[in-house]
Amino acid sequence: MPKEQYTGAEIVLKVLQDQDVDVVFGYPGGVTLPLYDVLYKQNRLRHILPRHEQAAVHAAEGYARSTGKVGVVLVTSGPGATNTVTGLTDALMDSIPVVCITGQVPTSLIGNDAFQEADTTGITRSCTKHNYLVRHVDDLARILHEAFFVAQNGRPGPVVVDLPKDVILGRGEYTPVEAARPRSYKPKVKGDVKAIREAVKLMAAAKRPILYAGGGVINSGPAASQLLGELAHITGFPVTLTLMGLGAMPASDKQYLGMPGMHGTYEANMAMHDCDVMVNIGARFDDRVTGRLADFAPDAKKIHIDIDPSSINKNVLVEVPIVGDAGHVLEDLIKVWKSSQVAPDAKALDAWWKQIGKWRAKKCLAYRKNGKVAKPQYAVDRLFQAVKDKDVFVATDVGQHQMWAAQYIHFDKPNRWMTSGGLGTMGYGLPAAMGAQVGNPNGLVVCVTSECSFLMNVQELATLAQYKLPVKILHLSNGSMGMVRQWQEMFYDNRLSQSVMEAVPDWVKLADAFGIKGLRAETAGEVDDAIKAMLVHDGPVLLDVVVDPLENVYPMIPSGAAHHEMILGPTDAESTESGSDVVLA
Amino acid sequence: MIASNGEMTSHTIAVLVENEPGVLARVIGLFSGRGYNIESLTVAEVNAKENLSRITIVTSGTEMIIEQIKAQLERLVPVHKVIDLTLEGDHVEREMALVKVRGTGEKRVESLRIADIFRAHVVDSTNESFVFEIVGAASKLDAFIHLMEPLGLIDISRTGTVAIARGLSAM
Ligand SMILES: Cc1ncc(C[n+]2csc(CCOP(=O)(O)OP(=O)(O)O)c2C)c(N)n1
Ligand SMILES: [Mg+2]
Repeated sequence: MPKEQYTGAEIVLKVLQDQDVDVVFGYPGGVTLPLYDVLYKQNRLRHILPRHEQAAVHAAEGYARSTGKVGVVLVTSGPGATNTVTGLTDALMDSIPVVCITGQVPTSLIGNDAFQEADTTGITRSCTKHNYLVRHVDDLARILHEAFFVAQNGRPGPVVVDLPKDVILGRGEYTPVEAARPRSYKPKVKGDVKAIREAVKLMAAAKRPILYAGGGVINSGPAASQLLGELAHITGFPVTLTLMGLGAMPASDKQYLGMPGMHGTYEANMAMHDCDVMVNIGARFDDRVTGRLADFAPDAKKIHIDIDPSSINKNVLVEVPIVGDAGHVLEDLIKVWKSSQVAPDAKALDAWWKQIGKWRAKKCLAYRKNGKVAKPQYAVDRLFQAVKDKDVFVATDVGQHQMWAAQYIHFDKPNRWMTSGGLGTMGYGLPAAMGAQVGNPNGLVVCVTSECSFLMNVQELATLAQYKLPVKILHLSNGSMGMVRQWQEMFYDNRLSQSVMEAVPDWVKLADAFGIKGLRAETAGEVDDAIKAMLVHDGPVLLDVVVDPLENVYPMIPSGAAHHEMILGPTDAESTESGSDVVLA
Repeated sequence: MIASNGEMTSHTIAVLVENEPGVLARVIGLFSGRGYNIESLTVAEVNAKENLSRITIVTSGTEMIIEQIKAQLERLVPVHKVIDLTLEGDHVEREMALVKVRGTGEKRVESLRIADIFRAHVVDSTNESFVFEIVGAASKLDAFIHLMEPLGLIDISRTGTVAIARGLSAM
């Protein structure tokens, strides 16, 4: 009997069903019309319509990061596909599993500069983990299943599947998941036992150890975060988490030192600098973390656990490389540690913690008192105080507000923090929050942003309104690209070249125009009530908080400096209060 | 552990890949995107039944960079296997060149004489020109071409290096 035949569009739907996909973020167009027609006739798969394809990808990222599942995007050919490039690059840099299905002109027209033709596989080759052009409908199911496998296995990342219109319309056979594994791609998840033993030996002999963990722990799944905590507790070692790793260890844990790097805590950076054994678990020695490489942890023997062998020995040479999934390796590491009955040097560890205590006493995240208007740190801090007992998901845009959110909002669970770490994409926050809310309909989702980033994907307020996604937006009005202004102040004699936003909309009116609730806090005194009003409102809210326009992010390791050359922020005693009536430019 | 001294060395790397569209672009894009050198790159199908191609890349870099290159190649989805022939030990490297020399009289005779020493074959000839076919290590081809320059060298086509391990081991 011949196998049953399906149209390409039906095959796409069947694959999505078999892959347990419950929502697609998409935007229709000419070549994907047959797909949209099939979508119309069913109601198992939910379709969310963001207002821009870039936002569709960021939404899929927010969904993926907050649920641990693959985010799925569906866009049309040409401009639909090119609009996804920033989102795909973002997902690649931050290792987020996304499958992006793009329409393509019919195979017979490819290469003819047809209407809305773009060389999608060519354009996205360097911003995806892998991409495919499906040439025959019989290959469609296999390739699409394979795309899901590639997106989530090994180091996760975005995968593009380009579908010519004739493939969508053609009829062919269905290949089930089991028959669709890539022949060549077999990432290694178990770490080498000999290397793990060697790591345990180094760790046991450490006098000033540190565990430095990153997004790889989150990507491995919640069990890996549990294991990280366990490793910290049985060893007694301090832990620092990168921007991508926040939540992998409860921030409330006594052994947690905060984030390392350019705007990390004093204690985390000093401990990174002075340690004698560093265990990197799923982080990648990013330049924003290491500072000047020549002076990075100069006395430390380094162990690096990463699922991606190309992350190892890329920036920093390590003594013990371990290729494998963070969760698997942590499990084995703990086993070996326990079974070999190592006795860490208690006296040395005690002295190390005393030293760390002295660094902590600097209270590097203390900020100055409010003037008439709120300090931005205060606004973020008060937001955290108001939500900390709830299970809260936080997305940010990029800039000062992002760093303040990372510094003042603390997470006790993984998959709660969505931020563009690697690419630093302004415009990420609102759509990512939207995606997180779609994935967690009953969760409290907050977006922390500021005007310049916010304006880059502000159209998504309409999506919030349409789907009644109750995202709470904390918008910090500091009048400028605060982060750019900060660098201009510090390194360019305060020449504020093009960093001040001289015209911005009235945010409350804007919210109103989009059909969502708008609130404003103009003075520090109004902040608490405004946050409360935002949180109790049943629906999306845009809360605009006017903040001190001249506040800077501290601590700071200037670009190209080393960890111990950190600059701490001004204190109330020494500060010249920048007050509310300071005008920029 | 990899030494961190910055000495540049040349490595010949063999890569077994799925023979599919885009795979070469992916490999080349990796080199250009990350600023690695390609001294030579060859590719051809080696197993039609299994749909496999073999790419031979000659590249140079510090030990750290060579390690990076191999790791980056390995993580490409259509890549089956990556072997650093230079590190693995004994291997044979060969390249072929077609070299056109134009000349008459004494120079024409001299080019023939040198071709003979290098075991190059004449594969085409006119009254005023020869096309030589020469096979060997890239350095031998370089030497031959260098000697042909004053004798009327006008055109060169080279295949790039292919390489294979000596002995019993296979990719
Ligand atoms: C798409 C994009 N363009 C430019 C930049 C460079 N950049 C980094 S932070 C920043 C300023 C962000 O301003 P805003 O969103 O108002 O945040 P603030 O720093 O004021 O909190 C800019 C322009 C970027 N990261 N992304
Ligand atoms: Mg701003």
